[in-house]
Amino acid sequence: MSSSVYLRRRIVNVIALTLSGLATLLGLVFLAWILWVTLKNGFGAIGPRLFTKITAYADQGGLSNAIVGSLIMDLMALLICAPIGVLAGTFLAEYANRTRLGATIRFLNDILLSAPSIVLGLFVYVIVVLPMSKLTHGAVSFSGFAGAIALALIGLPVIVRTTDEMLQLVPGTLREATLSLGIPQWKSTVQVLMRAATSGIVTGVLLALARLAGETAPLLFTAFGNNFMTVHPLDKMESLPVAIYQYTNDPSPDLHAIAWAGALLITLFVLALSLLTRLLFTRHKVRYD
Amino acid sequence: MPAADTIPSSDQRSRTDARHDAWFRGLLKFCALLVLAALLGAALSTLWGGREVLFKDGFHFLASDAWNPVSDDYGALAPIFGTLVTSLIALVLAVPVSFGIALFLTEIAPTWLRGPVATAIELLASIPSIIYGMWGLFVFVPFMASIEPMLSDTLGKLPLVGKLFEGPPLGLGLLTAGIVLAVMILPFICSVMREVFQTVPVRLKESSYALGSTTWEVVWDIVLPYTRSAVIGGIFLGLGRALGETMAVTFVLGNAYSITSSLLMPGTSISSSIANEFNEAVGTHRSALIALGFLLFVVTFVVLLIARLMLRRLARKEGH
Repeated sequence: MSSSVYLRRRIVNVIALTLSGLATLLGLVFLAWILWVTLKNGFGAIGPRLFTKITAYADQGGLSNAIVGSLIMDLMALLICAPIGVLAGTFLAEYANRTRLGATIRFLNDILLSAPSIVLGLFVYVIVVLPMSKLTHGAVSFSGFAGAIALALIGLPVIVRTTDEMLQLVPGTLREATLSLGIPQWKSTVQVLMRAATSGIVTGVLLALARLAGETAPLLFTAFGNNFMTVHPLDKMESLPVAIYQYTNDPSPDLHAIAWAGALLITLFVLALSLLTRLLFTRHKVRYD
Repeated sequence: MPAADTIPSSDQRSRTDARHDAWFRGLLKFCALLVLAALLGAALSTLWGGREVLFKDGFHFLASDAWNPVSDDYGALAPIFGTLVTSLIALVLAVPVSFGIALFLTEIAPTWLRGPVATAIELLASIPSIIYGMWGLFVFVPFMASIEPMLSDTLGKLPLVGKLFEGPPLGLGLLTAGIVLAVMILPFICSVMREVFQTVPVRLKESSYALGSTTWEVVWDIVLPYTRSAVIGGIFLGLGRALGETMAVTFVLGNAYSITSSLLMPGTSISSSIANEFNEAVGTHRSALIALGFLLFVVTFVVLLIARLMLRRLARKEGH
């Protein structure tokens, strides 16, 4: 009797553990499947004209304007969200760590972290694109600048959170030591604590870059797209994700090939960044554990 | 004793320091408040942009399944239906799989395997959603089209659930979108589960093992009850992601304003309606799309709020 109960428990255990292993395998299969398809189709289509020709030539063209546009907007977005994010994260960790305001902002920042990016795109459309269009009587409407703001909104919570967490990892004795020397708090924060957490803060910025570089939805109605090369931030600007989106929607297989090449570029960039941050982060952890 | 003339200067110095400190603090606070402004602004601006549709005939917008740009008649029911159905499919599929992976990574796998596998699963989260969309459209849709006749022949014959699997094998549709979403949100749910499973005190688990429990019994009867609220939080976090995801579903959903009983039929979702139509829309149509965005924001906000509250309960239990 008791041995049959024992046998049943053993069988349930084996089944459950097997299913758990299969679930892991399933997850890995999907990762391998997606990466393999992207690599195979992307490498087949990568050529010099991808980097030299603009999208206006369609299937005879490349993605050079999209690559340049993406670089410009990603960089502008970082320039906007990195300082704000680092300062906001510092506020949470150093000035408002145990206050109600700090808790509220931290809580809402976590929500912004997973808020739908398409709504953030609509937000920037309403507060940047529409007013600019009204102000300039339609001369400037969609722009790379608006796109950068939308992307900055996506990167911001990532930077706030990592900066906050990294500064909290800095030992409290360091704070007490600097303050006991009579150094003003801002100097202690900037020159000692932030410096101690530099690699963590850089990790946050890179994570934000990895996150915003692949975003498509918020760019559709802010930067719009542009088949010609432009570096002017107030022009409509093409970006890699939007170019991929347009080419994927097109029936032409030649355009699909170019889209795959663009997809490969973005995927490699984002994955390399994620792995790099992981490297930075583990080194950082070792230092403070 | 210090010389008399150094006293005012050091006094002055501390006053300057105090002033700089106040400025610095003000600057930091301003930046932190920008986070609040971003959230509030997103809600208010979409409410403002959608006012024409939301306030003129609010109930009609929420309750009607019409979507007709020619006669300017808009109802949000079909996109809401699509968003909810695809997200639910994603949850039903992703939750058990994430649980399995988290179980494997915390209890079963040898230590040397845990790091690499966990990294690989987390890479799924860093793949941009547009790549999921492309893979979905060019690879997964044909794959689904090839297995859907089989689904209709087997599951479609069952009573009750049979209705869900009727229809032509298009490959596109609610089920396909739900599966792609499931793959996308799986790493988020899994990483929360893995993290909280590791917070279970080893003492509890070892006591249970000492009483003769199997690994499965330890996980099901000790680990899971201990981490229940955080696990639910993680699931809601995944749901929040699924509701708002745009690019991955836009390509594979089929863009049809219909409410069907079959999961194999094409549909639409809030986010894909906005992505597909926004740049061609003018006037009321554009306002209707922004109003859809407002609805999406409110729904995801509530879901994420619940998620964070559940997750915070566990943090408090740990004593943070």
